[in-house]
Amino acid sequence: MSAGTNRALLEVNGLSKFFHIGNKQTLRAVDNLTFQVGQGETLGVVGESGCGKSTAGRTIVRLYEPTAGEARFLGQNIFKLKGAKLKALRREMAMVFQDPHASLNPRFSVADIIAEPLDIHGLAGSAKERRKKVEELLDKVGLRPDHAARYPHEFSGGQRQRIGIARALAAGPKFVVCDEPISALDVSIQAQVVNLLKDLQRSMGLTYLFIAHDLSMVKHISDRVAVMYLGKIVELAESAELYGNPKHPYTQALLSAIPIPDPKVEAERERIVLSGDLPSPINPPSGCAFRTRCPYATEKCAAESPAFREIRPGHRVACHYA
Amino acid sequence: MSEKTTAAQAESSARQRGGDGALTREMFRKLAKRPSAEAIAGESVPLWRDAMRRLVRNRLAMSGLAFLALLSAMAVIGPVISPHDYYTNNLDMTNQPPSAEYWFGTDHLGRDLFSRVWMGARISLTVGLAAAFIDLIIGVVYGGIMGYAGGRLDEAMNKISEILYSIPYLLVVILLLVVMEPSMWTIIAALCVTGWINMSWIVRGQILQLKTQEYVLAARSMGAGPMRILFRHLIPNSLGPIIVTLTLSVPSAIFAEAFLSFLGLGVQSPAASWGTMINDSLASWSLYPWQLLIPAALLSLTMLAFNVFGDGLRDAFDPKLKK
Repeated sequence: MSAGTNRALLEVNGLSKFFHIGNKQTLRAVDNLTFQVGQGETLGVVGESGCGKSTAGRTIVRLYEPTAGEARFLGQNIFKLKGAKLKALRREMAMVFQDPHASLNPRFSVADIIAEPLDIHGLAGSAKERRKKVEELLDKVGLRPDHAARYPHEFSGGQRQRIGIARALAAGPKFVVCDEPISALDVSIQAQVVNLLKDLQRSMGLTYLFIAHDLSMVKHISDRVAVMYLGKIVELAESAELYGNPKHPYTQALLSAIPIPDPKVEAERERIVLSGDLPSPINPPSGCAFRTRCPYATEKCAAESPAFREIRPGHRVACHYA
Repeated sequence: MSEKTTAAQAESSARQRGGDGALTREMFRKLAKRPSAEAIAGESVPLWRDAMRRLVRNRLAMSGLAFLALLSAMAVIGPVISPHDYYTNNLDMTNQPPSAEYWFGTDHLGRDLFSRVWMGARISLTVGLAAAFIDLIIGVVYGGIMGYAGGRLDEAMNKISEILYSIPYLLVVILLLVVMEPSMWTIIAALCVTGWINMSWIVRGQILQLKTQEYVLAARSMGAGPMRILFRHLIPNSLGPIIVTLTLSVPSAIFAEAFLSFLGLGVQSPAASWGTMINDSLASWSLYPWQLLIPAALLSLTMLAFNVFGDGLRDAFDPKLKK
């Protein structure tokens, strides 16, 4: 399932989000992103913390005002929407958050949490209908209907994340931004939540933007993967292509960090260890942003910013030497 | 016992059949299905009920609450059950000590102190309630808007509150006396000007802290408007500090009323306030000490009760703060 064969649900063109942080300094959190997400597809977005992946997700669901660029959702530029139209859009898009402890209001019962989108958009006619919908949603995410009267602090992290997913699905969205939905969970629970998301995608025809910093989980759920570094996408390809044939040195380094569950192979394989820290997005390096940590960097990398070019169908890289 | 016998029977039947102790179908039975791991065994406990449970266990706070309940009850029925009203002078009966006729004695004009003390309680509690009401209506809303709006509006509103805070309360009362007769209403009007500022700052701080929480972002991403976010998410989650600030601002308002009435800037005779009663008794307190001691003790106990109750509420809502 690639964007080429499917109609694009979301087209993002030149999305930028800068934060002004006093002293006339600008933090370039997201810098000129261009990508598409096809109908029913999962686009994984990976990168280190601070690379702007969450900011990108939040800007797309209009939690932040974009600095530049446009995002076409089913053809209309959602960054231009206001008032009632924006509210209508919010039914179509939902977000699953990272921290299942912070993303549920501790004073709401589970029923109130899950029904919040219904209440906001007036989707549940009567109290009975509301209860029925809540129970359906609880069932969909593998919780029990009698959990509706409980409060968030009575649940485990994995269960809370399921509640968060049920809430995201309540208004019947087409597009869900999953902002590191598994990063705060135990490894044993991560697979459960990812599988739940996959099942729901299949049964409800959802489209995901799946943000994570763990490449191994992203591989499992994504059709295509975008790798971000310092606010920019450095490589974007179909999942198998990216994992089998990574072109950008940063992607190669990230992939080499995934441990292999075989002690012999693990002991023999070579890891690419990046030196230095992530440069500051307030004052990014000239030319290619990755050059300060790239093992292959040349003078050209400092002078020229690499174009995000297509090296084979559906595989784009921003590197002079890819 | 029964398990043993069935096991023995099964064994003997097995021996009868083959004698080699082979396992047969009859030796097994299905167990009831285990309860699902997803079920939660305990009863559902909302956060506030958890807090109430901790509060009820706090004896000091509960005795404070009991005193306040008693005081409120007496403020309502005290002047009614007394055989004398609170304002009639009886110059034949001045400065009487407590007796069967005058339960708390009389003052220098022969007025019944029992009635007067509970009329004073009415005024104190009214001022306290007014302070709480003003805190809630003006302080919480003003602070909520400051915190949620942020930016320029926050800055401007914060400056206004700082300016108001810099005007001493006493000065506000004196200025108000230019346009108003001194009474309980002067004091309440002055509270409207400055009494809610502390609350607004507390609420602002809470909201600033809470508005970046993911559940607030979640509500925004679903399309919740600012009113819903403020009144359904942010303020209910600030309720702990709000209630605590409230119970601590009530005794300070009560004291302010007593203090101003003591100075003659508040409640005027023949209306009774603990402050005026203490002032009236000062001239001759060594001769008629009950005239001073009864209102003074009630004032002190009321403030103490509100303070221990407020502390108890704080500990109940935020057990981490407890030493």
